[in-house]
Amino acid sequence: MDTTAIGGCAPEAAICARGIVREFVAGQSTIRVLHGIDTDIRSGELTYVVGESGSGKTTLISIMCGILWPTMGEVKVFGTDIYGLSDSDLVNFRLNNIGFIFQQYNLIPSIDAAANAAVPLIAQGVPLDEARARAKVLLDKLNIGDQADKLPNQLSGGQQQRVAIARALVHEPRLVVCDEPTAALDARSGRRVMDLLREVAVAPDRACIIVTHDNRIFDLADRIIVLEDGRITHDGKEMPDDH
Amino acid sequence: MLWIAIRMLTGDAQKFYGLLFGIAFSTLLITQQLTIFVNLIERGASGVFNSPNAQIWVMDPVSRTTEVKYEMPSTALDEVRSVPGVEWAVPQLRATAAVRTSTGDLEGVSVIGVDDATLIGLPRNMAKGSRDVLSEPDAVLIDDVGVTNMFQPGEDPVGQRLELNDQRAVIRGVADSIPSFTSQVTLYTKYSRALNYVPGTRNRLSFVLAGVSPGADPKEVAQRITRQTGLKALTRDAFAQSGIDFIIQNTGIPTNFGITVFLGFVVGVAIVGLTFSLFIRDNIKQFGALKAIGVTNAKIVRMVAAQAGLVGAIGYALGVMGTVLFIWGFSGVPQFKGFYIPWQIPLISLGAVALILALTGWTALRSVLRTEPAAVFR
Repeated sequence: MDTTAIGGCAPEAAICARGIVREFVAGQSTIRVLHGIDTDIRSGELTYVVGESGSGKTTLISIMCGILWPTMGEVKVFGTDIYGLSDSDLVNFRLNNIGFIFQQYNLIPSIDAAANAAVPLIAQGVPLDEARARAKVLLDKLNIGDQADKLPNQLSGGQQQRVAIARALVHEPRLVVCDEPTAALDARSGRRVMDLLREVAVAPDRACIIVTHDNRIFDLADRIIVLEDGRITHDGKEMPDDH
Repeated sequence: MLWIAIRMLTGDAQKFYGLLFGIAFSTLLITQQLTIFVNLIERGASGVFNSPNAQIWVMDPVSRTTEVKYEMPSTALDEVRSVPGVEWAVPQLRATAAVRTSTGDLEGVSVIGVDDATLIGLPRNMAKGSRDVLSEPDAVLIDDVGVTNMFQPGEDPVGQRLELNDQRAVIRGVADSIPSFTSQVTLYTKYSRALNYVPGTRNRLSFVLAGVSPGADPKEVAQRITRQTGLKALTRDAFAQSGIDFIIQNTGIPTNFGITVFLGFVVGVAIVGLTFSLFIRDNIKQFGALKAIGVTNAKIVRMVAAQAGLVGAIGYALGVMGTVLFIWGFSGVPQFKGFYIPWQIPLISLGAVALILALTGWTALRSVLRTEPAAVFR
C-alpha cells in the first residue's frame, strides 16, 4: 500500500485528487467530463460537491470513492493510491474504508432493516447474528431500532433512508459518500437528514462527501466545492453569490 | 452473503415459484418421459423376462424377438438336447388366436404353450391360483391384462369359459406376468394343448428354451448350439436386448420420446431463463449497490450460483417426486405394471437441470458482472 504523498497533497487529507480527467466515449466522439480536477477532502468536515446536472459531480465522486477509473490523474484515499491497487484489493479497500448512501437507497427488499444495515459487515465475513446485532445498535442510534425487523417496503421513505445511513456507517468506514440524500425529501425532512448525517457521519477521523444540487441545505455544509462543466469554479465555506 | 442471496430469491415469491415450476416441470417431463420410454422398450423383452428359467433361447435364424419369429420343425428340440453343455431343453409355442368370451366379446390373444412336464416357460409367480391347474382339462392361465380387458371390475375370471379358436378353454388361474409391448392379452397353456388351440403349418415350434450344465457358460453353450445345429441361439440377456433393439429400430418411439424430452429441456430453459433474467434485472440496482459497497464479482457469482442451486435442488426434487407419484399412481394399471425408474434416469435429468441452470444462470449473471458499480450513482 502506497502511503507517500502526491505533489501538493496535505498529509492529513482524507482524499487527495490530482489532475483528474475523465472522458467518456459516445459513438465516434469523446466527451471530457472532468478537466484536471485537483482537490483535497479533509476529515471532520461535511463537504458538499454541488453543481448543475451534467457538471461532473457524480463522476468526480465516483472516481474519489474508487468505483470509476479516471482517464488520467491520481486519487489517494487515506494515503492509498486506490487506482494503483489490484481490482480485488480495490474492492476490499472500498468494503473496509468507504460507506455509501445512494439516492434511491438500494435496500434489498426481501431482508429486514437490520440485515440491510448489516450488509457491509456480512460482506466482510462477520457472522450474521453478530452483524445484525451491531446494525441494531446503529439503528437504535438513528431512532429506528423498533423497525429493525421490518422489510423495506414496510418502512416510510425517511425510515428507509435511515437504514441506508446505518448501512453506510455500520462498518465504521473512514469515508462516507452520499449521493443526493435529500433529493426526494421536502425541505424539513431534508434538513433533518442532514442534521442526522452531521451527527452520526461526521467525525474527526472520518470524511463525509455529499453530492447535491439541493440549495435548501447549502447552509449546513462545512465546505462547498462547486463544479461547472467539469471544472472546480468555487471552493469555500459558503456558496458564491451568483449561485 | 449466500444467506442474502437466498433471501433475495425467496423474497420475490412470484419469480421464486416461477423458477421452481420451470425446473420441476422440466424435471418431471424429462424423468417421466424417459422412464416411460425405458419401461416401454423393455416390454420388447417381456417374453424373455416372463420365462425366467430359460438360460438360452434357440430359434430359427430369421427370428428376432419373442413376437417376431419363424417356426422350426419339432426335430430342433432333439438337436438342441444333443449339444454338449445343454442340461435340459423344452419347447415353447407362441401364436396368436381369437377368443370369444362368455359375454360375446371378441379379443385377439397371444397363446403361449409351455412344456407339458416341467411347465418351464410360465411366469415365476401366479397372481391367482396355482401353476398345477394346467393339468386340468382345457385349462389356460390368463395374465392381468386379460383380466382387465376381458372382464368387468370385480368379476372373477377363474372358472370362466372361453371359446378359443372354436375350442373350449377354461381359465384356471391368473399369471403374474409383465405385459407385452402391445399389451395384448396372453393365455398360457401346455404345449400339447396349444398345438390344438392354434392350428397352423407343418412347423409349429417357436422356441426351444434351454438350461446349461452346472459350470458351463451360457454364452459358450449358445455358440455351440448355433455351430452344431445351424439354429440361432442367444443367451437370456442377449435375446432380451434383441427384443429391445427391435423396438428401437422399428418404431418411432425413440424419436417421439426424444422430442418430448428435448421439449422438456427447451421449456425448462425458456421458463427458467426468462424468470431468472427478470429476477436479475429487477435486482440489478441491489447487485450494483453490493458491488459498490465492496462485494467482489466472485462473491456475486457465488450468490447467483446459490440461488440457482436452491431452485435447482427444490425444483428437481419436486420433479422427481412427481414422476415417482405418477409411476406409483399408475402401478395398479396392468399396462404400467412393473414400471420402475432406473437409477440412471434421475441422474440424466439432474444433468439436464444443471445444464439448464448453468445456461440460464450464466446468461443472467453476465448482466450483473457487466454492471459497473458507478451505475448506482446514475
